Amino acid sequence: MRLPNQKLSRNVTLINLLVSAAALLLACAAFVGYDQISFRRSMVSEVSVRAQIIASNSVSAILFNDATSARSTLSALSASADVMWAGICTAQGKSFALYQRTGTDRVPALPSIAPGQMQSVLFGNGDIVLARAIIFRGRSLGTVYVESDLSTIAQRRKEYAAIALAVLLASMVAALLVSWLFAKSVADPIVGLAALTRDITEHKDYSARAIPTGRNDEVTLLIGSFNDMLGQIERRDRALREARADLERRVEERTAQLTHANKELESFSYSVSHDLRAPLRSIDGFSQALLEDYDAKLDAAGKDYLRRIRASAQRMGVLIDDLLNLGRVSRATIQKEKVDATALAESIAADLRRAQPGREVEFRIEKGMEAWADPGLLRIVLDNLLNNAWKFTSKRGHASIEFGLRRDNGGPACYFVRDNGAGFDPKYADRLFGAFQRLHAMTDFAGTGVGLATVQRIITRHGGSVWAESAVDQGAVFYFTL
Amino acid sequence: MREAVILLVEDNPDDEALTLRALKKNNIQNEVVVARDGREALDYLFGEGIYEGRDVRVKPQVILLDLKLPKLDGFEVLRAMRGNEHTRLLPVVILTSSNEERDRINGYGLGANSYVRKPVEFGEFIEAVKQLGLYWLILNQIAPAAGVL
Repeated sequence: MRLPNQKLSRNVTLINLLVSAAALLLACAAFVGYDQISFRRSMVSEVSVRAQIIASNSVSAILFNDATSARSTLSALSASADVMWAGICTAQGKSFALYQRTGTDRVPALPSIAPGQMQSVLFGNGDIVLARAIIFRGRSLGTVYVESDLSTIAQRRKEYAAIALAVLLASMVAALLVSWLFAKSVADPIVGLAALTRDITEHKDYSARAIPTGRNDEVTLLIGSFNDMLGQIERRDRALREARADLERRVEERTAQLTHANKELESFSYSVSHDLRAPLRSIDGFSQALLEDYDAKLDAAGKDYLRRIRASAQRMGVLIDDLLNLGRVSRATIQKEKVDATALAESIAADLRRAQPGREVEFRIEKGMEAWADPGLLRIVLDNLLNNAWKFTSKRGHASIEFGLRRDNGGPACYFVRDNGAGFDPKYADRLFGAFQRLHAMTDFAGTGVGLATVQRIITRHGGSVWAESAVDQGAVFYFTL
Repeated sequence: MREAVILLVEDNPDDEALTLRALKKNNIQNEVVVARDGREALDYLFGEGIYEGRDVRVKPQVILLDLKLPKLDGFEVLRAMRGNEHTRLLPVVILTSSNEERDRINGYGLGANSYVRKPVEFGEFIEAVKQLGLYWLILNQIAPAAGVL
């Protein structure tokens, strides 16, 4: 945990030191550079003044060719420790007088004075040589040369370097101290903040808060904003949790309600299937008993009424059964598997032929059709559709029923049952799949009107759709996808 | 040998009358004992209650059992029968109004020998009773009365 703190402090310290050192070095360099230049300038002017004094003092000596006097003038230079060598030349360029500091006997390289100039300076390696024209009444009498030692400049440079180094060291120590204080006051809260963010990311505990520094600066602002953000996250988190809990509770409630409703529906249909059929049995049974046992006492109308009673009782029985099946289909759990749709259709067709052997119906069932569906429920679908086709072609001399598979590009597999039967008015196509909706008179075609409602429920529960196309007397096509 | 007895467990008097009529229509003249609730059926079988002292060795050839019954329902009657040494092998035909899947599963699960739904149409009902009589009273051989004194 302390590692990032040390890192930040170290970085801050390092930056402080580098900045201080760079600033100091630049300042020192500028100062030393300026000092060197100005020192040299003052050197030149100092040497120049000496040369001028010697020049004006040597005028009479040159005029009267008094070399001794000139030498004594030059020897006055011994008072200046930096003058190494001096000499006077006549206008003709002859050496007139010389001064040499003891221990030196060499002659330095001499500068020449450009025409129209009074003096010329030549900087050598560790020395400076100045030449000054000796003028008397506008006439050049000769030249004074003075060589001055520059070792004082080097000396000065060394001293300056030592001072700069001392200042640098002192500044570094000061920078270190400042950095330490800085780390304490600025880095620590930031590092604390960083540690807290990491902690929060790891443990997802948004109830934690950063401790304010108590100062009025950007770090306090940062900590404040961070805490605000944490507060918002915490509130949002809590709201989300509450919403989720609420949702779960509601789902549970609804599930319980649904389960309850489903149970009620189930027990309702259970008692319907047990209790509603019993009276019908009595009505039918005793009507039949009347017809059998009291045949002689009943006239034709009485017998007809009893037959109507029986027919109604039986129809009611079929209605109850169909309705119960419709309910069963809605509640059934769907278990999809690969089903041989061709074989299924063929077996239903065979059943139909067996039930009514007298009818002439051509079945065309496509070979090799497979479907991914609940086998029991798919059987109910095909049973209803093929039974309908069978029923509604009953008035055709040559009936034809086709069951096939249409594969549209990219779309789902679309099965169809086509017949050349009575068809229906497409105006009422939307009523086709409603329970107890019939588009034909009972006297034309029998039925409860529950079959297609059952088909639609099964198809819908498979996630598919079912629709039909027809025109009156033009046959009908029922399409469905799974 | 005594005439084989049919035990009809049925609470609805209409259904009782219709069943008896159907039996008569099919010329089945066996004695029919009618129990009007589940308790009465068990009393008959075990010689208890109003059947106290009945010779329980006289067993029905077949039991026609309705499911929705007062007191004890058909399933409880079946469970009690199958749990008793004297009655566990008796042929039981569930004869009821419903064809509910769970009724059939429960019925066969508890050891029913057959499950027949009473049709609404009386003609079909007569046909069903005829088939039952033919099968259970003539064709079917019941288990020998082993373990009976």
